[in-house]
Amino acid sequence: MDGIHDLGGKQGFGPVRYTNDARPFHTPWEVRANSLYVFAVRRGIFNMDEYRHAIERMEPRQYLTASYYERSLTSLATLLVEKGVLTHAELEQRAGGRFPLAAPSAPGRTNAVKRERFALGDRVRARDEYVPGHVRMPAYVRGKTGVVVGESPAYPFPDAHAHAVAADDEPTYDVRFRSEDLWPGSADSALIHVGIFQSYLERA
Amino acid sequence: MGTRDRAVYATATPQQRVDAIQAALEARGMNVSEAVEGLDHLAQEQWVPQNGARVVAKAWTDPSFRARLLTNGAAAVAELGIAMPKHHRHLVVLENTPALQNVICCTQCSCTAFTVIGLPPDWYKDLEYRARVVRESRTVLKEMGLDLPPEVEIRVWDTTADTRYMVLPVQPPETVGWAEEKLAEIVSRDSLIGVTRL
Repeated sequence: MDGIHDLGGKQGFGPVRYTNDARPFHTPWEVRANSLYVFAVRRGIFNMDEYRHAIERMEPRQYLTASYYERSLTSLATLLVEKGVLTHAELEQRAGGRFPLAAPSAPGRTNAVKRERFALGDRVRARDEYVPGHVRMPAYVRGKTGVVVGESPAYPFPDAHAHAVAADDEPTYDVRFRSEDLWPGSADSALIHVGIFQSYLERA
Repeated sequence: MGTRDRAVYATATPQQRVDAIQAALEARGMNVSEAVEGLDHLAQEQWVPQNGARVVAKAWTDPSFRARLLTNGAAAVAELGIAMPKHHRHLVVLENTPALQNVICCTQCSCTAFTVIGLPPDWYKDLEYRARVVRESRTVLKEMGLDLPPEVEIRVWDTTADTRYMVLPVQPPETVGWAEEKLAEIVSRDSLIGVTRL
């Protein structure tokens, strides 16, 4: 989905709020939110792709104003309700107030019909596709051409894995783009490497 | 609507919501407490950047380990007892040189090789870093205190799949000959992300 989470290359943001060696956690509830979602993944209640997608499904106003671990706990609660483990009413009653959840999911999809095996150095194009469900191809490479510089082992295909759709595992390719090709005339010069699932790619 | 009713409709605090989830799971008969206390400990004591620092110190002092690390990162860090989660099947180690700066990010969420380089800091997960570092890399690094000469090439690695990355920083020349333990102390988490040089 072309959601608010897909931030790469969006303009208008201010300086990074950088502090040297910043800590990952600031309060105990953040540690606990993290542990609870890891617990649910380890118990097999949901997988990482479902977890990521439930974060992406948060309404944009909510997504942008929530802290990182607030997004995490929202995804966790959403999936526990969707999987029938808990009810939303129970969560609100126990929390003593509103407990906003993410919006429902669109359908997923299985692997692309035609998938090609690429070699290092091959020129590839990210397919010009618009996917309603979960997808891990950032919009900033859509339709753009780059060069394969690495190949991973096969992973579960996220567009399927986030939606309980059957699919083959497939490799991802590290594809190298030039920032000047991604944002012509409007980017600092750099090489941008993106891990792209095989189904999202075609030979250029 | 009275004051009491309105209070019911206020959004619960994150703390209240986390407690509600845990209590509801406990009420389903899941033995949550013990498991999450163990995970709290892992997150705070085991998934820390000192792991990555040990990897870097070893790579600086042992050329054959360095070669193995650059060929198969996950297998090499496992030699040092550092495990990766099941869904991180591949660790790519990115070697910096004086003329090359690798930087990692995750524009869509906040993925990292957290068992190796530690759980990510706020700024890595914030909207600003995620939106800007791919498009304005040199500007962002400069704002963060790393003002690279124009001849240094920047390579940004966006963690958009299940492959994980770690930057191998350049060893400061004055530390050549130091013991591994002492070298590990100078390797910061931010140098493993690539937003600082040592």
